[in-house]
Amino acid sequence: MSENHQISTMDRVSVGLAARYRKERRFRLFGISAIVASLLFLALLLASITAKGYTAFRQTEVLLDVYLDPAVLDVHNLATANYAALVRDAALALFPQVESRQDKRIVGKLISTGAAYRLQDLVTSKPELIGSTRPIWVPADDEVDMFVKGHIPRDVPEAERRVSDKQASWIDQLVAADRLKLKFNTAFFEAGDSREPELAGIRGAAAGSMFTLAITLLLSFPVGVAAAVYLEEFAPKNRWTDLIEVNINNLAAIPSIVFGLLGLAVFLNFMNLPRSASLVGGLVLTLMTLPTIIIASRASLKSVPPSIREAALGVGASKMQTISHHILPLAMPGMMTGAIIGMARALGETAPLLMIGMVAFIVDVPNSFSDPATVLPVQIFLWADSPERAFVERTSAAIMILLLLLLAMNAAAVFLRNKFERRW
Amino acid sequence: MQKFALSLATATMLIGAAATSMAADGRDYISVVGSSTVYPFSTAVAEQFGKATKFKTPKIESTGTGGGIKLFCSGSGVDTPDIANASRQIKKAEIETCAKNGVTEIVEVKVGYDGIVLANSKKSEQFKLSRKDLFMALAKEVPSPEGGDKLVANPYKTWKEVNDKLPAAKIEVLGPPPTSGTRDAFVEMVMDHGCTAFESIKALKSKDEKQFKAVCQTVREDGAFIEAGENDNLIVQKLEANPNSLGIFGFSFLDQNADKIQASSIDGQAPTFETIADGKYPVSRPLFIYVKKAHVGVIPGIAEYLTEFTSERAWSEEGYLAEKGLIPSPKNERKTIAADAKALNVIVNNKF
Repeated sequence: MSENHQISTMDRVSVGLAARYRKERRFRLFGISAIVASLLFLALLLASITAKGYTAFRQTEVLLDVYLDPAVLDVHNLATANYAALVRDAALALFPQVESRQDKRIVGKLISTGAAYRLQDLVTSKPELIGSTRPIWVPADDEVDMFVKGHIPRDVPEAERRVSDKQASWIDQLVAADRLKLKFNTAFFEAGDSREPELAGIRGAAAGSMFTLAITLLLSFPVGVAAAVYLEEFAPKNRWTDLIEVNINNLAAIPSIVFGLLGLAVFLNFMNLPRSASLVGGLVLTLMTLPTIIIASRASLKSVPPSIREAALGVGASKMQTISHHILPLAMPGMMTGAIIGMARALGETAPLLMIGMVAFIVDVPNSFSDPATVLPVQIFLWADSPERAFVERTSAAIMILLLLLLAMNAAAVFLRNKFERRW
Repeated sequence: MQKFALSLATATMLIGAAATSMAADGRDYISVVGSSTVYPFSTAVAEQFGKATKFKTPKIESTGTGGGIKLFCSGSGVDTPDIANASRQIKKAEIETCAKNGVTEIVEVKVGYDGIVLANSKKSEQFKLSRKDLFMALAKEVPSPEGGDKLVANPYKTWKEVNDKLPAAKIEVLGPPPTSGTRDAFVEMVMDHGCTAFESIKALKSKDEKQFKAVCQTVREDGAFIEAGENDNLIVQKLEANPNSLGIFGFSFLDQNADKIQASSIDGQAPTFETIADGKYPVSRPLFIYVKKAHVGVIPGIAEYLTEFTSERAWSEEGYLAEKGLIPSPKNERKTIAADAKALNVIVNNKF
């Protein structure tokens, strides 16, 4: 009887075994395809951004032989000299065949208006050069740049191109004479925003992001950790603390634009802080990241085993000593990971900054917390909305920089966790 | 550890103290807010101004015309903007709000014109539209095609049904959402005009203005008109990907993308620099900047910024703003406006 029963159970198991294995394989397959799909989307995103943006790291420049005319450049008044005229003369000298006034103007337009400022910098730093002829690489106009990079096609009718046949032949002439080259785009990293794509850079936005994040970190980390320590270690468990906990979790899920509105009402209208300043941006982002940091910090405090607390208390440490000598150092890696992830989120935020005037055209690189500033994602947004074609590649290039920064921050979080985390 | 915590806490307190003491008490740069249509032009002026003069580069926010004027009118003091950009004239109600908040002297400067174009991909046929066609294609309710004055839900599916001379393509128009100034201008200049081609609706105008507006300005919601967001670049890209649709956007984007898209003519006029400037092209609007006179002399550089904006090297046919797509005002008009701006002549309220 019992023998029979045994056999029938084994039979039943072996009958279903193949199906169970199949089920597991199917499940694994679903998991793998989910990962493959998400990787595919990520690769697609990165590839399209890189394909559009990598050309922005190089900028077309033209070699001009500029005669630093002492008649134009007065050593005592270098700030107001007509540098543009020197650049135009040097550009015209490259095309001796150009005669009509109309054509001369078009030749002048091959060179960026930024050339005059580059010349000014050179002369101001080395006034002894005045009177000599110097070969200088100056940025070309954005349309020349687009043409050289192939973003303005040659094969469409002339009327539909922003570069005429005449200009195209001049450009070819410059290339043949080795006077027009793609060079590393330093302006992109050293300049603030500009309406001329060839002069626009991310330095202003990057500095704004840095100031904003510095404020956010300095405010949200200590406050967040203090809140977490109190809630986790000191606070009694009652209806009030439950309510606070629910609210913190809720805050973490609130759309960020709401924090912007709050910032507008409290920091700008009530406290009269300056509009568009990174200080206010930092304050608003602090509100936004606080819940994330509190939640992460509490989780990491919870993961410190009670035996450590009990041992410290057992050898006579006070509660304060237990926390500051033992619990906090052990929980710190987890808290920092939470903070970095919160910061990474703050770095990519635009919506709350819209309300406090940080979505603005700002040329000067901010030098302090109260200067008007914008941030990297806002810069991307503003460029994406500009009509000039050369801003398309710059938008993608700025996205690449932002992604690199985010990657670095997340990598730092992983590194900290692996290096300092202790398992029990 | 304790020291670290302590120093962090001190830093926190310092920032708090700095924040409260740093209320906006002085400003050495001009603050400009307002229309996203004027933004590309005023930023170009600001940059030139910042480079050519000893003043700081003005800060320019793109808030939309309505939002900009609201900020501009919120009071007179250094914590409020000095200049508002607008893609339409300031309204009487807005001037009253301004006055109520102590902004009584406003200088109006008409800086030029902007055209609104309808364009499609070069891959398909160019359209020759009239404003009546556009009304019939895009309004939510139109007079019944069987005749009579009755309004019915828009039955037209293809352009050919609207007008025999148009191609038999499906009606699909990408345009900005109602929050956009471009949409307001399009509705006012195209739809309002187009619907007066019908006697029955025209009669409504004098009888029941509200009803008239509701009929003329309501855009259909059955998928023929697609709200494509405020980003004009996006609309241009979508037109390329979808050759069958038309897009509505500002002239400067047509100017920059003439190799990819072609503009439809409206009422027989193609949008070009010349037709918009002399007012032949029907869908164009003036652009303004409004300056708070009380701030001139308080915030450094406002008068000089106005001079730069109204200089021939900026806003003439040959100027750098024309390069960015601004359509200049006629020469005589420019002269008067520049003189008015220089003298800081304020808007007289009873003008409205």
